[in-house]
Amino acid sequence: MAGPRGGGPGGRGQKPLEKPKNVGVTIRRIFSYMKEYKPMIILVVVFIIISALASVIGTSFLKKVIDDCIKPMIDGKTDEGMSKFIKTLTVMSIVYVIGAASTFCYARIMLNISTKALYKIRVDLFTKMEALPIRFFDTHTHGEVMSRYTNDVDTLREMLSNSLASFISAFITVTGVFVMMIYYSWQLTLIVILLFFVIVKLTAFIGSRSGAYFKEQQKNVGRANGYIEEMIEGVKVVKVFCHEQKAKNEFDVINDDLRKAATKANTFASIMGPLMNNLSYIHYAITAIIGGIMAIKGVHTFSGVFTVGTVIAFLQYTRNFAMPIQQISQQFNSVLSALAGAERVLSIIDETPEVDDGYVTLVNAKIDENGNITESDKRTGIWAWKHPHQATGEVTYTKLEGRVEFDDVTFGYEPEKTVLNGITLYAKAGQKIAFVGSTGAGKTTITNLINRFYDVPDGKIRYDGININKIKKADLRRSLSMVLQDTHLFTGTVMDNIRFGKLDASDDDCIKAAKLANAHSFIKHLPEGYNTVITGDGANLSQGQRQLLAIARAAVADPPVLILDEATSSIDTRTEALIEKGMDSLMAGRTVFVIAHRLSTVRNSNAIMVLEHGKIIERGDHDDLIAQKGKYYQLYTGMFELS
Amino acid sequence: MIKKLFPCIKGYEKYTLLTPLVMIGEVGMEVLIPLVMAKIVDVGIEGSGGTSYTVKMGILMVVMACVSMMFGSLGAYFGAKASMGFSKNLRNRLFNKVQDFSFKNIDKFSTASLVTRLTTDVNMVQNSFLMFIKMAFRAPVMLIGALIMAINVKPDLSVVFLVAVPILGLSMVLIMTHAHPRFKLMLERYDKMNSDVQENLIGIRAVKAFVREDYENKKFTTGADLVRRAQVAAEKIVILTQPIMQITMYATIVSVLWFGGNMVIGGDMLIGELSTFITYINQILGSLMMISMIFMMLVISRASMTRIVEVLEEDPDITDDNATDVKVENGSIEFKNVSFSYKESAEEAVLRNIDLKIASGETIGIIGATGSAKTTLISLIPRLYDVTSGEVLVGGRNVKDYKLANLRDEVSVVLQKNVLFSGTIRENLRWGDFEATDEEIEKACEAACADEFINSFPDGYETDLGQGGVNVSGGQKQRLCIARALIKKPKILILDDSTSAVDTATDAKIRKAFKEQLDDTTTIIIAQRISSVKDADRIIVLEDGEIDGIGTHDELLKTNAVYKEVYDSQQKGDED
Repeated sequence: MAGPRGGGPGGRGQKPLEKPKNVGVTIRRIFSYMKEYKPMIILVVVFIIISALASVIGTSFLKKVIDDCIKPMIDGKTDEGMSKFIKTLTVMSIVYVIGAASTFCYARIMLNISTKALYKIRVDLFTKMEALPIRFFDTHTHGEVMSRYTNDVDTLREMLSNSLASFISAFITVTGVFVMMIYYSWQLTLIVILLFFVIVKLTAFIGSRSGAYFKEQQKNVGRANGYIEEMIEGVKVVKVFCHEQKAKNEFDVINDDLRKAATKANTFASIMGPLMNNLSYIHYAITAIIGGIMAIKGVHTFSGVFTVGTVIAFLQYTRNFAMPIQQISQQFNSVLSALAGAERVLSIIDETPEVDDGYVTLVNAKIDENGNITESDKRTGIWAWKHPHQATGEVTYTKLEGRVEFDDVTFGYEPEKTVLNGITLYAKAGQKIAFVGSTGAGKTTITNLINRFYDVPDGKIRYDGININKIKKADLRRSLSMVLQDTHLFTGTVMDNIRFGKLDASDDDCIKAAKLANAHSFIKHLPEGYNTVITGDGANLSQGQRQLLAIARAAVADPPVLILDEATSSIDTRTEALIEKGMDSLMAGRTVFVIAHRLSTVRNSNAIMVLEHGKIIERGDHDDLIAQKGKYYQLYTGMFELS
Repeated sequence: MIKKLFPCIKGYEKYTLLTPLVMIGEVGMEVLIPLVMAKIVDVGIEGSGGTSYTVKMGILMVVMACVSMMFGSLGAYFGAKASMGFSKNLRNRLFNKVQDFSFKNIDKFSTASLVTRLTTDVNMVQNSFLMFIKMAFRAPVMLIGALIMAINVKPDLSVVFLVAVPILGLSMVLIMTHAHPRFKLMLERYDKMNSDVQENLIGIRAVKAFVREDYENKKFTTGADLVRRAQVAAEKIVILTQPIMQITMYATIVSVLWFGGNMVIGGDMLIGELSTFITYINQILGSLMMISMIFMMLVISRASMTRIVEVLEEDPDITDDNATDVKVENGSIEFKNVSFSYKESAEEAVLRNIDLKIASGETIGIIGATGSAKTTLISLIPRLYDVTSGEVLVGGRNVKDYKLANLRDEVSVVLQKNVLFSGTIRENLRWGDFEATDEEIEKACEAACADEFINSFPDGYETDLGQGGVNVSGGQKQRLCIARALIKKPKILILDDSTSAVDTATDAKIRKAFKEQLDDTTTIIIAQRISSVKDADRIIVLEDGEIDGIGTHDELLKTNAVYKEVYDSQQKGDED
């Protein structure tokens, strides 16, 4: 995956124009994140208006100063000229200061609001992500979700902190200037309108051309980055096969294609600036010619007779008119792509979270002499399911034992492709159940159903006799512990990672668990022992060591049911033999589901299920299955292959 | 640092030079145009020039604008050509450099970081480069040009710039120096926050299985809040730029109006000159802002530049320099008192005092616990790493005397962490030998027991593997990797735990095929299963970086405690 700083300053020119689907709704929802700052937003808008007006009015003072102060004094017509000159300049300065102060104020307030809104959006996005069902993560790549946090939130940030304010301010400036222009001379304003249409047409033309080139560039960027990623991730294999030269040659071709596409896209993107700028000069010249003629002829306008001062002010306005239009046209693309990004962010926030309508909860329990179970508010070491019956309103308690039943479970990740077919099984409390079968036979799927990573219809799976769909998900998962094939560790100390299994575990509990999993000895040899910081998903530890930590993590959670999905596959057999004792004591008294490649790990199970294409084709203990001389026998004697 | 990146303009020097030139042309027009504007007002409208003069000057101005537009558009084109060419060269150099890296160099950077440097960082530097060639000359020329014009119009009045320019310049410098460390802090926190997200994405099953959503939410909320605070702290300085610019500009305009106005009243200046002067205020202060932005951009992209130059400056520590172009004569291997550590600073070497002689054509098994340096040992044979002390000989010659291609063509390694590439199965297998005939490919697949499943695919050898070979299972992938190595027809074949996901029966079949087809090939097999190495001519037991025992299966069972222990741990299942 590319660096976390994906968008980066200046990286924005690289994106093709994406159109948001529903601008109105998206904008409204972004603003709903700033709802509580409503008075502040109104204040911001007021400040933006003041700042924009100040610059418009300030410019109009130019005319005033020249026409009403300086010119009369040249002609020597007036005696109070000097004081009027000073007064006008003072008013002008005050307007300017107010303008600059407003600029500062809106930027400062907006900074607060926009960063808080972004913070809320990020937290919302993350909280939502944590609540999404596993199915979501199956269908979205990490890179895809990650770019919601980096690119999309970043462009949104850009929009909130820059584009929005300059958009409003540009709009007001344009309107203000336009009104002043009409006031001074509607005749010359006609030219402005004409020019405006030229600009719009030109922008549309260049925009559509550059849009196509940007798409082409994006395609090439994707290809080059894909090649870079693949060849660098696999560079060791490249070297082993002496493929360096071939890789270099191939990359050269891809890279040059990228250069060609990028040159075109970039040329079109940056041609806009000089075009706009010089159009405004041409406009200026035309205005000057026509304005000059009008001034000489003394044409009447709304503001009275057309004078030299009018021409000068009007010319200044033509410059002021062009700049914000240029700004709007530049900002327009970034606002659109920010809105498109916001839509993608919101679409994750709108995803349906894991449904959890479970109401059976796990509570501390006491058992009195008669065997009645009651709830306790202290930690008793005994747990019970608190089951409020909706029909009768009565509450029953069932002791947490760890019995698991599957009743004719059929399941598929996609409706048309079933992975499990009519699975029926029964695990008594404390039994060890093993699943054996090829990749794709459905072993992991079974365990995914027990902890409700995926849901099945009511009544198909029962835990201690309770329909698992009725059990609150968090409580169900707390009563199960998993050691997965791919161990994922989190940034933090070794101790933190073990404590991941149970947040309130003491240091001693964690060390005890580590000893149980036989992880203690290697942890002691780490530079900082239990305080060694693990980074980058435990890149500084070997596969085997990470797996040992995962086992310790499960041990500290101390649940009645344990799921081991290829938990020891990365540990060599000698180490496995060493931790076997730990594993045995970890498994003692618990219901255990084991998935393993090595048949030696499963042979002492109470029951072994051989799975094929989602069906249990053989079941029984090791001796039964060997005696059956079926698939298991073949597997065990090495006559058949597991892949 | 710049010196290292400079050669990347090769082939695009012309455009790199032309871009600032046409930009200066554009600036020239932009600076001259206000002068024409003044003439229009003073002579044409105000003065004696009349309509015909106004029209004449107006047309001149349109022509100048068109010239400026042409220069500007050329600037856009040349700039794009130069910067995209520059980044292409930069990417190429980086990519080639990485391809020349030794395993040690690669370990030092990590592949993920190398990918970032080739993508995000190059992008960043490319943008700064474009900004630089377009603006670094344009802005100062504009500043000086406009200043000269202003002085030309009215020297006395230009004194205001002596006050305004230093004030604005100093403010920009202060803002930047204060903002920079704050932005750095913000980026650090931002990276940390994103790595939290990434961790949660990768480990989502662990988070859910242990019901840690609330805990992670709290952690993220704290991180996001830290980012927010850092962002406010950094940007609240940057937002001062705009008002300071405005205040300076407005103050200058008012002063010019006052002093200039008085000059006009006194008859020392024309009205048109006054308004021209005001236009120059815009240009002068605007270009000053532009210069400070260029600095900002360079400062921001400095981190990326450093990261790129780090890669460019890294010397591949394994090269062909002292090699002669000889071929590997046979598959014999010898280790002479070899020690090795991955880092020079390491207290204890990973491999210590290895003395070992393997005859050509022998089959050797290597057994040892995780971390006993099995992989390290075999990595020294194709010179993936260089020994720290001692020497490794292949075919009777020190591995350092061979050209790498010659050596590695004869020593084929199937890596533990193996990779297939996007493309079809056949394309992937051809990696071993591009000239391989279809029969040779099929024969290798047969030996690696890969033919069965390949033929079961509807597209057979033309099946597309997808990026990283996602379309085949672990065991299938391993067998394809073995076949790929076989196609090379090496003198030495090394399998590093390459059949761990393959079942015992197939494993045995592969070994049998090896025996029959690769009789002359020295074969080294690293395995966890005793059954995989049992039939080898000799087995090496590695323990903690040292050779604990060498011998046949039966000998080791009798003499080697470690071997016996491993054997026992795997036999338990079979005895009852």
